[in-house]
Amino acid sequence: MKKYSLFSLVRQSLNYHTGWERAWKSPEPKESYDVVIVGAGGHGLATAYYLGKNHGIKNVAILEKGWLGGGNTGRNTTIIRSNYLQDASAAIYEKSRSLYETLSQDMNYNIMFSPRGVMMLAQTHHEARGYQRINSANVIQGIKTEYILPDQVKELCKIINIDCPRYPILGALWQPRGGTARHDAVAWGYARACSDMGMDIIQKCEVTDINPQTNGALELQTSRGKIRCKKLGMVVAGHSGVLAEKAGFRLPIESVALQALVSEPVKPCLDVVVMANTVHGYISQSDKGEMVIGGGADQFNNYSQRGSFIHIENTVRALVEMFPIISRLKMLRQWGGIVDMTGDRSPIISKTPVDNIFINCGWGTGGFKSIPGSGWAMAELVAKGEPGVLASPFSLDRFKEGRFIDESVAAGVAH
Amino acid sequence: MLKLVCPYCGIEADETELVSGGEAHLKREGPDSTDDDFEGYLFLRENPKGIILERWRHAMGCGKWFHVARCTVTQEVFGTYPAQTLKPPPRIMEVIKSRRTGQETGLNSDNAEKFS
Repeated sequence: MKKYSLFSLVRQSLNYHTGWERAWKSPEPKESYDVVIVGAGGHGLATAYYLGKNHGIKNVAILEKGWLGGGNTGRNTTIIRSNYLQDASAAIYEKSRSLYETLSQDMNYNIMFSPRGVMMLAQTHHEARGYQRINSANVIQGIKTEYILPDQVKELCKIINIDCPRYPILGALWQPRGGTARHDAVAWGYARACSDMGMDIIQKCEVTDINPQTNGALELQTSRGKIRCKKLGMVVAGHSGVLAEKAGFRLPIESVALQALVSEPVKPCLDVVVMANTVHGYISQSDKGEMVIGGGADQFNNYSQRGSFIHIENTVRALVEMFPIISRLKMLRQWGGIVDMTGDRSPIISKTPVDNIFINCGWGTGGFKSIPGSGWAMAELVAKGEPGVLASPFSLDRFKEGRFIDESVAAGVAH
Repeated sequence: MLKLVCPYCGIEADETELVSGGEAHLKREGPDSTDDDFEGYLFLRENPKGIILERWRHAMGCGKWFHVARCTVTQEVFGTYPAQTLKPPPRIMEVIKSRRTGQETGLNSDNAEKFS
């Protein structure tokens, strides 16, 4: 792999940029691998990356039904934060956020991590108390957050209207080292690093059946032929239920559509991420100047990557009230992703009822921010066969045991 | 916008008038049930990519619960029927069979039991 640097840029510019090599290879699938990861989104690629980097397992294939990073990795609002209430959540999301800080340097690929700060607005007294509680929890967990008052909110975010008629701003939970990153670059950077380690990234390869063998190995029927592996990692987000059914077990997961939209680009006017969970809206400004807007998830099961218009209307209405400056912006694009929701709104990183199959799913509306930490924890689970400290609270059997990591109340709906 | 006809008041209601209640025809577990049974009842969902039987409530209208047969991929609605049933009535099945064949129905083994 050729290193990306200022010198390589200058050198290539002398050649009219004809000498760049492909960031990752597209090999034909081999007959067998030590580990097969299904799903070449952020979480799947991160799992493969840390399998190679932390555990030295490099005979790995990453299978992808569509194209690399074309699922929820390419369909989110790129927010990164770790201000969670429960210790288990805070640990894995903070691991993730801290890995994001140096990911560009680690992978020699610019993921454009921008720790611009994330504020979660308190717009009811209940919410204000909730965020003060999270702030106290974060102090104990060693995560730097701060509960700030309306005048500080206004200082950090000039365009906000803190006297909203319905829900005035009472305060905010402020995480200064939260922010955003370039979502595609995260997937591409991991893919390039995986390919460099000799892993096979196989796109347009759908797993149609999973057959456990008597010796504990697994045989996968795919749209590109049979592939055998010793261990299998399922990292397919919204389609986890479909894949688990092929392997013969069920999941506490429901798939729903979550939408986002972007406006036409405008001059820089918003340099923080603002989340308003009471009114279901969150907003940040991309480097191109577009306002990136997200809202609530649909209420019904859905696999169509299209959501209900009513959510867009509600989200935009709420944000126009808070940011009158955006009221005449035109919206350029809108999209939906299929998110996998668990009952406690916390993820699953776990062994499964089938030997040597491991699953990483249930990230719901909070998948992007957790990519590096999720991959780190999942790689440890796949490599050792047992979950490490980060993953062990997120096991599949917590539902049967009633041992929830309840973020559905703590985190609200928006991630 | 998803639109469903409430089988009680006959109104075609927008989804804004309705509240989704998730998977229908769950078997309610009692005091003698095992932990596995309770886990299945409380958490494990079919979450089918295809035809789903689900509960909805006409919350902003007559307030009644009812059932819907819908496709989670195309959002096609095959019909609605009252809540006091253990499985979809024959007319719903006929609509599904007239529009879907074999594998396309997306019915998995658990689903098939409900339909039989």
